[in-house]
Amino acid sequence: MDDFYKEYILDHYRNPRNFGHLERVDASAEDINPLCGDKIRFELQLEDGRVTDVRFSGKGCAISQASASMLSESIKGRKLEDVARLSKEEVLENVGIGISPARMKCATLGLKVLKSAALGEIATWPDEDAPAEAAP
Amino acid sequence: MIAPSKLDERAKTIARDFPILAQPTSRGKRLAFLDSAASSQKPQAVIDALVHYYTYDNANIHRGVYELAERATAAFEGAREKVARFINAAESAELIWTRNTTESINLVSFSWGLQNLRPGDAILTSQLEHHSNLVPWQLLAAKTGADLRFIEVDANGMHELDDLDEKLHGVKLVALSHISNSLGTIAPLETIVPRAHAAGAIVLVDAAQSVPHMKVDVRALDVDFLAASGHKMCGPTGIGFLYGKRALLEAMPPFLTGGDMIKRVEYRETSFNEIPWKFEAGTSNIADAVALGAAVDYLETIGMDWVHAHERRLTAFALERMRTLEPLGLAIYGPLDPKDRSGIIAFNLADVHAHDLASILDTEGVCVRAGHHCTMPLMEKMGWPATARASFYLYNTEEDVEQLAGALHKAARIFKLA
Repeated sequence: MDDFYKEYILDHYRNPRNFGHLERVDASAEDINPLCGDKIRFELQLEDGRVTDVRFSGKGCAISQASASMLSESIKGRKLEDVARLSKEEVLENVGIGISPARMKCATLGLKVLKSAALGEIATWPDEDAPAEAAP
Repeated sequence: MIAPSKLDERAKTIARDFPILAQPTSRGKRLAFLDSAASSQKPQAVIDALVHYYTYDNANIHRGVYELAERATAAFEGAREKVARFINAAESAELIWTRNTTESINLVSFSWGLQNLRPGDAILTSQLEHHSNLVPWQLLAAKTGADLRFIEVDANGMHELDDLDEKLHGVKLVALSHISNSLGTIAPLETIVPRAHAAGAIVLVDAAQSVPHMKVDVRALDVDFLAASGHKMCGPTGIGFLYGKRALLEAMPPFLTGGDMIKRVEYRETSFNEIPWKFEAGTSNIADAVALGAAVDYLETIGMDWVHAHERRLTAFALERMRTLEPLGLAIYGPLDPKDRSGIIAFNLADVHAHDLASILDTEGVCVRAGHHCTMPLMEKMGWPATARASFYLYNTEEDVEQLAGALHKAARIFKLA
């Protein structure tokens, strides 16, 4: 825990990457952590099912903001299905520090929001495996 | 006046009554417990009272005619008398056991509120209330069509009373916290209560942060209802109380219904028990009530005047000590004049989020609360995403304050504020 606040965590906290808003938003979601009031919003721009651009916004502790910032860097160019399948372990590895149980929600808030944006968008896609519905 | 160093000496002795404070943290740090506003620690005497009750006296109350049941009933009702005397209620029948302050306030909201409020009536509270003294009134207003109004607070969390009489027009209930859990503001009840009564309103006081820390006299304050929690005053969790004036309690319908709160039950109708039992349906939290009685004994042995003086002095010391960190960006919130605040200090360190700050303090054995402190509208109004909060009790010492100051310096180093 003494190593909790590594240089790069503070750097992402004070200089968050991809922070702000997109002009064209294809998918988005936001949520708050009621424990601490941390708030994160993710906006995605998509092309052919891949993330072409991303912005996040919000307020919160260094852990939640740095985690979201690093997450935003890691998803550009990735398929939305892969983003929807991102695991907690992957994010924690990315953050690279031991997170205490009390702070787990801070570290994973960005992931939760991002996945919800991805899943929400995927849910609107036509299901390719399903039999084509008769035209009305 | 007691010499300052003598006060701290006594607190050191008192701390030895609390076994939990003697244990180091997993990092081998001395424990500096500065979160008593959330829940206080328990002295050995209270822990012993719980063990004694379950070891020797346990039985259901108000029923059995055998010796154990009589002993349990006597202990339970004896604890009620102790707590009633502690807040200077006229009689113990005016003291109702609940789980905590929140349940006490809900009892008044559901019982008195639904019976007495009509469209056009108003409820007056303040902008710095804990959610427990806000949400019940929001729901009550929605159910009855009553208007919900707020006494505003200024940037230092002080009540603005210039337009009080105007705001009181049509108000049936004034609901205020005695001491703000977020900022430590002491509400000017001696000004507000008489004016509320003159306007025809009754007054409920959320005393969760005052009863544990100072002498609270319900008759001197002339409040109509007063709610508090046992676990913040050296007692166990799960037991709290509601004080209410007899005439009000007698006129109110029951809140929860079932066993123990009845006089006579027929298939289609029931007559209710007398107060306080009318409001205590089902088997009560007997053991914790008994242990709360032991907590009151403990506090009375030390003396509430001493507790108050000690906290006041320690808070002044902490404020002074923390102000040395102001060049590093430490901001302290709440009333500027120490006489307007209790042993609660809300603060932030530069751009360090309160949760990060609390995590770093934790690595040094310092326990503080961080977040919105169940006062989200106040935080929003003040423009603070979160604050850290240190709160003091009778077992805290200058050493705890020094440990806090040292840990704050560590946080400043980690976040490169120096």
